[in-house]
Amino acid sequence: MLDWISTFLILAGVAFFVSGTIGLLRLPDLYCRLHALTKSDNLGHGLLILGLMLRSDDLLTALKLLLIWILVLTASAAASQLIAQYSGRS
Amino acid sequence: MPDVLMLACVVMAATLVVGLVPMVRSTSSVERMLTAQLLGTNGVGLILLLAQILDMPALVDVALVLALLAVIAVVAFTRRSGGSERA
Amino acid sequence: MNTLSWSFLDILLVIALVLLAGAALRARSLRQSIILFIAFGLVTALVWARLRAPDVALAEAAIGAGLTGALLLTALRNRPSEESRLVSNNGMRWGGRWGNVAITVSVSLVALGIGWAVLYGMNDTQSGRLAGQVGSALELSGVSNPVTAVLLNFRAYDTLLELAVLLAALLGILSLGGGRATHCTVDPIATSLRGWLVPLLILTAGYQLWVGAHAPGGAFQAGALLAAAGVVQHLAGRAHAGLPVGAVLRVLMVSGIGIFMTMGLWTFLGGRGFLAYPQRWAGELILLIELFATLAIAVTLILCYLGSEPERRRITPAGSKP
Repeated sequence: MLDWISTFLILAGVAFFVSGTIGLLRLPDLYCRLHALTKSDNLGHGLLILGLMLRSDDLLTALKLLLIWILVLTASAAASQLIAQYSGRS
Repeated sequence: MPDVLMLACVVMAATLVVGLVPMVRSTSSVERMLTAQLLGTNGVGLILLLAQILDMPALVDVALVLALLAVIAVVAFTRRSGGSERA
Repeated sequence: MNTLSWSFLDILLVIALVLLAGAALRARSLRQSIILFIAFGLVTALVWARLRAPDVALAEAAIGAGLTGALLLTALRNRPSEESRLVSNNGMRWGGRWGNVAITVSVSLVALGIGWAVLYGMNDTQSGRLAGQVGSALELSGVSNPVTAVLLNFRAYDTLLELAVLLAALLGILSLGGGRATHCTVDPIATSLRGWLVPLLILTAGYQLWVGAHAPGGAFQAGALLAAAGVVQHLAGRAHAGLPVGAVLRVLMVSGIGIFMTMGLWTFLGGRGFLAYPQRWAGELILLIELFATLAIAVTLILCYLGSEPERRRITPAGSKP
């Protein structure tokens, strides 16, 4: 049962990565692409990591995975702000 | 079921390669940096999947380091705007 | 089914590598080349992870994907702006078409040679390969991670010389004295980023240093992470990048080589031979050497990034970091 939930979560996460990449290819300008990118960062990683946490052997690995997600969340928020700011300035 | 994970891995790698197309073809450096950012987060996900498939917990550390450091290039990139920050 | 998936994965990664390498060489400006090179570093880290080499993947992720990008972008910022827009192909113009052909042929020959060496090595018998020898001598080394055992015990000479190379590079950079101080603007996003990224980087560096004894990690990875903490500080507006000044900084610069040489002379005078640790304390000695090597590597990398020693007067008492 847990296995199935985990597989579902991982596949859903991968689907967000796919849609993020499609957004990067198809959306008209930089700000729209930023929007697509942050979706795949936040939700794609969130679902993927949640799925992998269900499979992890020990608590330490699970916590490390959670830390990576929080890191990616914060880092991608900061990075997309910086990129938007930069392109607005120039 | 390692097969499904493997499939997810291949799909992630495929999105990575498809994501490279705008990176290679684009002419603006901001767009390239944006794609590099996607490549970074994509890569973190791919390494996490590999850690599970290959059963190598050490790869989780690699993903952690990659997640910590991928943002630094973006900061360094945006830190200058045509030399206006030069003293 | 699984072998097929692995080959798919491999082919995709190789396509990504070759695409990025080609694009980085042909990019219109050096700035774009650098961005493509950062992406190349990211994919290289992925390839090492797929090849089950987490030690190399860690180093590549820390140095190739993170630090080198910041280093190159800063180096570019120090050039006059019209120069940075020059077509990067200018570098190849010296030999014209035949020069390009000569470069392509020689690079291909080197690649073929390396490929042959790898294939030859793979076909060799297990006993003749170094991995088997390392595995059988592992319990003598004081650590259980074979990579650390090779780097800090069996082939400690090599690591000592690597530290010397790093120090020589740093002395070259410092004596060039590029030292124009960059004043980074302070903005809220970068400041908040610094607020949580720097402590996490230092924490992860400590973890990598500790874990290196029994799992992938070690002094170079830890040093790169610590250096990244300094680079983030500088990018977020702290001109001294968290470095100490004056004599303390210089002692840190040479501390890696210093501790290595001290250990070497100590074991030498004790009649064991240069850098032949007593087996009982090998683990502790390795950790001690790695600790100072980490500090030295971090300081060296930050100074390479800054291009000059931070000036004394720019430091405010509240801004100094341990």
